[in-house]
Amino acid sequence: MRGFRVLRVIAKLLIPFILIFGLYVQFHGDYGPGGGFQAGVIVAAAVIFHALIYGLPHTQRVLPEWVVETMLAVGVLLYTGVGVVSMMMGGNFLDYSVLLHNAVDGQHRGIFLVELGVGITVAGVMLMIFYMFAGRARSKYSEK
Amino acid sequence: MIESNLPALQVILPLIAAPLCVLLRRSSLTWLVAWSASWATAAVSIAILLKVLGSGTISYAFGGWAPPWGIEYRIDPLNAFVLVLVSVVAALIVPYARRSLQAEIRSRQHYLFWTAYQICLTGLLGVTITGDAFNVFVFLEISSLATYILIAYGQDRRALVASYQYLIMGTIGATFIVIGVGLLYLMTGTLNLDDMARRIANMPLYRPELAAMAFLTVGISLKLALFPLHLWLPNAYAYAPSVSTAFLSATATKVAVYLLMRFSYTVFGRSGIFESLPFEEMLIALSLAAMFLASTVAIFQDDVKRMFAYSSIAQIGYMTLGIGLANASGLTGAIVHMFNHAVAKGAIFLLLGCVALRIGQPLMSQLTGLAKRMPLTAAGLVVGGLSLIGIPGTVGFVSKWYLVMAAVEKGWWWLAALVVISSLLAVLYVWRLIEVVYFREPSEKLNEATEAPISMLIPAWLFVFACIYFGLDTSTTVGTAAIAAETLLESLP
Repeated sequence: MRGFRVLRVIAKLLIPFILIFGLYVQFHGDYGPGGGFQAGVIVAAAVIFHALIYGLPHTQRVLPEWVVETMLAVGVLLYTGVGVVSMMMGGNFLDYSVLLHNAVDGQHRGIFLVELGVGITVAGVMLMIFYMFAGRARSKYSEK
Repeated sequence: MIESNLPALQVILPLIAAPLCVLLRRSSLTWLVAWSASWATAAVSIAILLKVLGSGTISYAFGGWAPPWGIEYRIDPLNAFVLVLVSVVAALIVPYARRSLQAEIRSRQHYLFWTAYQICLTGLLGVTITGDAFNVFVFLEISSLATYILIAYGQDRRALVASYQYLIMGTIGATFIVIGVGLLYLMTGTLNLDDMARRIANMPLYRPELAAMAFLTVGISLKLALFPLHLWLPNAYAYAPSVSTAFLSATATKVAVYLLMRFSYTVFGRSGIFESLPFEEMLIALSLAAMFLASTVAIFQDDVKRMFAYSSIAQIGYMTLGIGLANASGLTGAIVHMFNHAVAKGAIFLLLGCVALRIGQPLMSQLTGLAKRMPLTAAGLVVGGLSLIGIPGTVGFVSKWYLVMAAVEKGWWWLAALVVISSLLAVLYVWRLIEVVYFREPSEKLNEATEAPISMLIPAWLFVFACIYFGLDTSTTVGTAAIAAETLLESLP
């Protein structure tokens, strides 16, 4: 997409907004429609958009594959971590009520962290799938 | 804290180990993580079994939401037994896997293999432990997706096709299961299995329940490879890495058998469905077909791993036969055969992995004279084989004894005779192996081979010893299985 200046400029303008919208969906998920899954997909879409316009090698310099792979694991660990902490504080697994001094705040904090974990892992998985497929075609053509 | 949270720990220990493996990446480190997680999981499962046998059913409310609204983990003697089976097998295979993986999988992929292994374990344990119908589906998908990966790691390129085949079949099965669960939810308004059973018992039998039962049975049968739905299994087992084959053959199908018991007895036990449908007769007919046809096909297989894969289909037939017989001895036989077959097949596939380490995946003709080069491996294979036949003194005899007893109790002498005759088919394929391994000179391929390393032989031989030990001292296995069968039969009218 080297020749398409309009696309490149628009992409540069849009990507920050897409990312912010992703964060909004993530953190407003407690109160309105949204949550970790949707937010993860939106964030991943922003990165995939970047890759479509600027090419995969550029994107992988911004977000290397090992970072994406770490995201997969960190999200799940955050999720289970919340569960383990709630067990340590005397509740059942994923019982958020015990996390803070009162049950309502605890539930808020718990679902906030769990959804964050979901968001990170979903974004990671989407990007991993994209990297896998996009990278595969590249290596095949470069062999020819 | 730990004691009250045992049911949660059972599932989340491997679930935490899986992302840790991704983060650590180094082959040896991930192996250590998998090792510790699997053994901790096994210890937890044994603690749970002892607790259940001592003080009755455990109910664990996930997230503190009381059942039937929240997700409940409900453990009675039956699933406690299956939990022990799955987690102990998984734990024993991990030490074995180190050498085997080095030979069969590129080292930079080891961490991904261990991740898939732990996720598969999470899924299998989750299916077994949960008391929530939708949770069953979710965990089943988790374990299935990980299973496809475990199979696709095989060296043979056909592993990919086999994995893909299983993916298609497995997805169809999972879809059927979720349709069945959906219909049940529609009719009862609950997802909690216990609550569901109570509500079904108190309402007339509507058509959607029949449909739900049909969808669930077909879906689960796909997963457990009941006879006409078994086509994915031989290739998947034959071309998967040795470690995956041993793990899956010993655990995955057993969990599906458990699920069939859970739905057909606990959930539908009092629905009156069995009075209006010939469910038991159908199950017995299909089991007999599996026992005879799959064993016959096994006799003509040239690839040894594939031969034992077909034998697995036949052995699964014995388990479903026990479910179909629906009396105390039959169910005891089915439950104890889950354990016994896991032990025997685990031993056989682990030992075939030892052979594969030296000469690659063996064809029957390449195994000639194995006993002269790898005597311990050969001896273990024989014990495992005898156990498949059901020779007295091995575990296979115990379960077949109970199945024959169950048939006799019902007055079905012909069925008892058929069980014995089908064992003769097992004699044929096992004898073929013994004849090749013991009574011929070593093949060219085997000439250079030496005995497998001790780190692989010890876990494999632990399975072999278990074949003999639990064949002689049946009090633990049969005792627990009898209690489990009793709890299942309590749910019948």
